[in-house]
Amino acid sequence: MPQKLIVLRNCGVINPKDITTYLDRDGFKAFKKAIDELTCEQVTEEIKASGLRGRGGAGFPCGLKWDLARKAQGDEKYVICNADEGEVGTFKDRYILERDPFTLIEAMAIAGYAIGAKKGYIYLRAEYHHLDLLTDAIKQTREKGFLEHFDINIREGAGSYVCGEETALMDSIEGKRGEARYKPPFPPSRGLWEKPTIINNVETLMNIPQIILNGAHWFNQIGTDQSKGTKVFSVSGDVKKPGVYELELGSRLKELVEDLALAEKVKMVQVGGATGKIIPYEMIDTPLAFESILGAGAVTVFDETRDIVDVVYRSMEFLAEESCGKCAPCREGTEVIVEILERFCRGEGLEEDIEVLQRLASAMMLSSLCGLGQAAPIPVIDSLQYFRSAYENRIQKN
Amino acid sequence: MNNGQEELLLLLQKAQNEFGYLSEESVAELAKSLALPISDIYGVATFYSFLSTKPLGRNVIRICKSMPCYLKNCQIIIDTVEKEIGIKPGETTPDGKFSFQLTNCIGACDKAPAMMINSDVYDDLTPGKISEILKACK
Repeated sequence: MPQKLIVLRNCGVINPKDITTYLDRDGFKAFKKAIDELTCEQVTEEIKASGLRGRGGAGFPCGLKWDLARKAQGDEKYVICNADEGEVGTFKDRYILERDPFTLIEAMAIAGYAIGAKKGYIYLRAEYHHLDLLTDAIKQTREKGFLEHFDINIREGAGSYVCGEETALMDSIEGKRGEARYKPPFPPSRGLWEKPTIINNVETLMNIPQIILNGAHWFNQIGTDQSKGTKVFSVSGDVKKPGVYELELGSRLKELVEDLALAEKVKMVQVGGATGKIIPYEMIDTPLAFESILGAGAVTVFDETRDIVDVVYRSMEFLAEESCGKCAPCREGTEVIVEILERFCRGEGLEEDIEVLQRLASAMMLSSLCGLGQAAPIPVIDSLQYFRSAYENRIQKN
Repeated sequence: MNNGQEELLLLLQKAQNEFGYLSEESVAELAKSLALPISDIYGVATFYSFLSTKPLGRNVIRICKSMPCYLKNCQIIIDTVEKEIGIKPGETTPDGKFSFQLTNCIGACDKAPAMMINSDVYDDLTPGKISEILKACK
């Protein structure tokens, strides 16, 4: 299946430094349609009917989120774009922001209208400070008069993976340590400064103008039963053509990894970054969709020369470093897993370690506060399922 | 809304950019002007990896050590930088020119291995490219 461009339709086509090139590609037509022809409710209904789900990894229905925020009582409401792309192996949002900042801005303006917000934030990770064209794109949009009732500010992160988690991100905008909050309340009822807030990933928002212009039905025809539209993937690792690819949801992992990115002698693929599921080569035909594997679309490819235990150890080391430390299962659990895996890497695993890993993993998944700790054990569990002998061969014999 | 709190991270980022680190004096001053306890300020300052409570060099080198860069042998880049500037990760050169850190994914995985010097990204690195990049640093 060839690439299908909805999110990336303007990338490489428009000049990201010149709004007129965007206007020539139907830029801000969706925004005008929304405010001139549709009520707020009709906008959220359209998004709901499209079946669009969040592209940041969790897959929450976007229209439902918007509708909850629209109905929520509040003198002030906020729209946040999550551009804190910190997941290991993800760079699609950077690619998008570098090439088409205007679609994102238009989408945020539509979101502001739909929920009744006057202010929006783009939370940009510190590592993307170099994307200063975004500031200029907002300025150009303002000058053209598209941001008269809704303004957008950029807030930069300061180096923290967990700030990509929506409630940690809001705490960071509020100037605090970026630690995940207890939920409920959820952001659409009480988010930024306790006000109704929607927070969407860059890629989720990029779909909005096309949905408003072409209608929910058009979008609804693309993809699978539970996964509508396309997904943008970031492919890296042992491939000849690393990069960003947009495919219809439901496409096979094989098409992405072997046909487009030209991987050879694949041993396994991790889909979803450091906490992503591990897919052994035998399962390379797995469809990419919310109902199977997806995450935020980070696809890291490992060839036959790679050592699974080493790979999982490094993923866990990363997660232990980035755990915010607020809840014990994640803070302590990631550390203990690192300690055990390090032993396996040295060939000094203990007989009982595998069982301990499994017990610890299920406790963390059940009791961690946010997605980081809940998903952290996934690579451990998957690798034990598909590559168990790699662990067993490293149990110390004496 | 606590305005002091909202300003805190912005002001810390500003101070970091201006002075290269957050000195005890600047933290104390911030605490006073925002009417926040000093401990709260350190709580935020030490949470984020791009904020530093110790003096850093004029050029902060951050080499990505996350998976995609690891697969593209970032270790050889780390070794090369170590040799070129004579310090290990976590250290600053005595002349204050360079600080050297290892960092997590910087979103340049399609062009791994990659590193940042201050806000600039350098990708598709090879050991051969390093000395020229470092020479251009002031």
